[in-house]
Amino acid sequence: MIEQVAQMVVHGEAWTIKDLFVLPNEYVYWSIQIVMYPYMTGLVAGAFVLSSLYHVFNVEKLKNIARYALVFSFALLPVAMLPLMLHLQQPLRGTHVLMTPHFTSAISAFGIVFMTYACIVGAEIWFVYRRFFVDSLVRLETKSGRSTIDSVLMFIYRVVVLGARDLSEEALQADHKAVKTLAGIGIPVACFLHGYAGFIFGSVKANALWMTPLMPVIFICSAVVSGIALCIVSYAIFMELRKWAARRGKHYLLPDAVANKELALDPEHLRSVQRHEVTMTSRYLLIFMTLALTLELLDIIFRGYTAVKSWDILRDVIYEHDFVKIFIMQYGIGNLLPFVLLLIPGLGVRRACLASLLVLFGVFMMRWNVVIGGQAFSLTFAGFMHYHLPIIPHDMETFKEGLMGALMVITAPFVIFYFLNMVIPAFMEEKEPH
Amino acid sequence: MKRRDFLKHAAVFVSGVSVSLSALELIDPKEVLAANPDLRWGFLVDTYKCVGCGFCVKGCKIENDIPLEANVTRTWVERYVMTKNGEVLMDSPRGAQDGYTSKLIDHGASGKKLASDKEIAQAFFVPKLCNQCSTPACVQVCPVGATYQTADGVVLVDRKWCIGCGYCIMGCPYGVRFFHPVEHVADKCTFCYHRISNGKTTACVQACAFGARQIGNLRDPNDPVAKVVMKQRVGVLRDEYGTKPNVYYIGLNEEVR
Repeated sequence: MIEQVAQMVVHGEAWTIKDLFVLPNEYVYWSIQIVMYPYMTGLVAGAFVLSSLYHVFNVEKLKNIARYALVFSFALLPVAMLPLMLHLQQPLRGTHVLMTPHFTSAISAFGIVFMTYACIVGAEIWFVYRRFFVDSLVRLETKSGRSTIDSVLMFIYRVVVLGARDLSEEALQADHKAVKTLAGIGIPVACFLHGYAGFIFGSVKANALWMTPLMPVIFICSAVVSGIALCIVSYAIFMELRKWAARRGKHYLLPDAVANKELALDPEHLRSVQRHEVTMTSRYLLIFMTLALTLELLDIIFRGYTAVKSWDILRDVIYEHDFVKIFIMQYGIGNLLPFVLLLIPGLGVRRACLASLLVLFGVFMMRWNVVIGGQAFSLTFAGFMHYHLPIIPHDMETFKEGLMGALMVITAPFVIFYFLNMVIPAFMEEKEPH
Repeated sequence: MKRRDFLKHAAVFVSGVSVSLSALELIDPKEVLAANPDLRWGFLVDTYKCVGCGFCVKGCKIENDIPLEANVTRTWVERYVMTKNGEVLMDSPRGAQDGYTSKLIDHGASGKKLASDKEIAQAFFVPKLCNQCSTPACVQVCPVGATYQTADGVVLVDRKWCIGCGYCIMGCPYGVRFFHPVEHVADKCTFCYHRISNGKTTACVQACAFGARQIGNLRDPNDPVAKVVMKQRVGVLRDEYGTKPNVYYIGLNEEVR
């Protein structure tokens, strides 16, 4: 007689394969969305640091991309929360973290750190764009025969300008000062936001791979790397799109041009700006990459050299089970190859973009190897868990915590950016320096 | 009454009342009891007595509404088989809820392995459950305070407040936590708090026919569990994490993880 055992799939069981001795309750509980969470937070923090390089340290060469990076960082901001919401078993209770924080927990400060950061970025954008807001508002108010879009925009500008219509020399000077101060405060806060994401992992004492005080620092460096890389790639792609659209007069692809018809869109000019900004930014990418790589290698070397009890299983995970993911995909394709690509003389936009794409992939693999790799071995140190990313969803859980959920998170900032760009044109060029 | 007098009297009254009320706050009887409670639940497992029947696991699941068909459990039994050439084979198929009826060791994706009787140097069973740690990592990491420690030392989960982030599951060095397959919140062994608070014993202790499991009050010197912990050589699991576990084991050896 064949006994029919009814199965009830518990959370994590759908994508975990256990090997050797694994405890009954152990599964890969933190899956793809928790890989996405530090990845997206890192992009937010990194993009902001890039924009601050110009505002605080007066790196004039980065002027145009700095403005773009600031707006893009703002578009990425709400998306940093999305993976957490998709991961929670009780998403409707997500606000409890903000309302009843339990301060011994590393996660509980998330709301405070995140909100502080959001306020700083929001305020900085306001000061940077205040003049534009007022100019646009005046232009729209005096315009005769306003279209629907014009009216909507006028309403938005009237709200965001907050009644501050003073454009005197003194007022603008005060704006610049405020931007500089906010960018200055913003750098440590951005680092804290992401270092703190590293602390969430680094402070889990039960996990042999995660527990290291280096974790927050490693996270900060890789965050800056990924943020800069994303800005390079997306800036280049957007500029390419703008060149293409400007040539063919496809104004729906130029949302800021829809709002502001006076914007000059000369393809030749766009090309020179694109090339200059992309290659310049690549140099800063190299500096932060060296730092990130050094720290990551230090971590592995230190673990191997001290070889405490957990090293036996970690060695199996690092050098056998995850060898391809760590040494080929993360360090080889994601670090070494772009490093060489960026160092070869005569750097152009295409090569910089390719290198940046590889860097983005490398940082993603780093997050993957930390989050999934940290759950690849059992608490018993005598068994392994293999994670299989759900690709085709068959229920809500495999949708949220599968490829589809991850793609949703990746697409969201671009959608937000499209609309944000209508109100706050990220590609606007300013004539006079800050 | 003049305004001046009114203010004077009011000030005297308010300060007098607040001083006496703050005294009440200082000697809150609940706090005094919690600081030095005469009850601290502890657990004793005698691994020499366990035969691996799995009745404790089944009893626990039925008592605490953890579906039998779900592959998660509040308590489980591990099997350790050590061969003469030093190999240690371990398993706990489905938490041993159906008991160990086969000699095949379940190695998950690597298949099943058989150690012949001649090769075996020693073999034994180890029941596991929540250690109700004195400094619980799970309580520390909960971002909303949904998991908490009672005055008598048991760690519980508030099912109405848990957001299901899984940080406590990651934080527990013993792997006793999981997501409840029906409630979708973190779940764990409670020492059957609803039973022990009403003078009964836990479901697993009651289900064990061999006396391998015992629960008691570690603060009471006449309690059988407290006596064993005091007078015999007992061990705890993974004390290197500094969580100060309260489940004591007789016959623990270093292979037990």
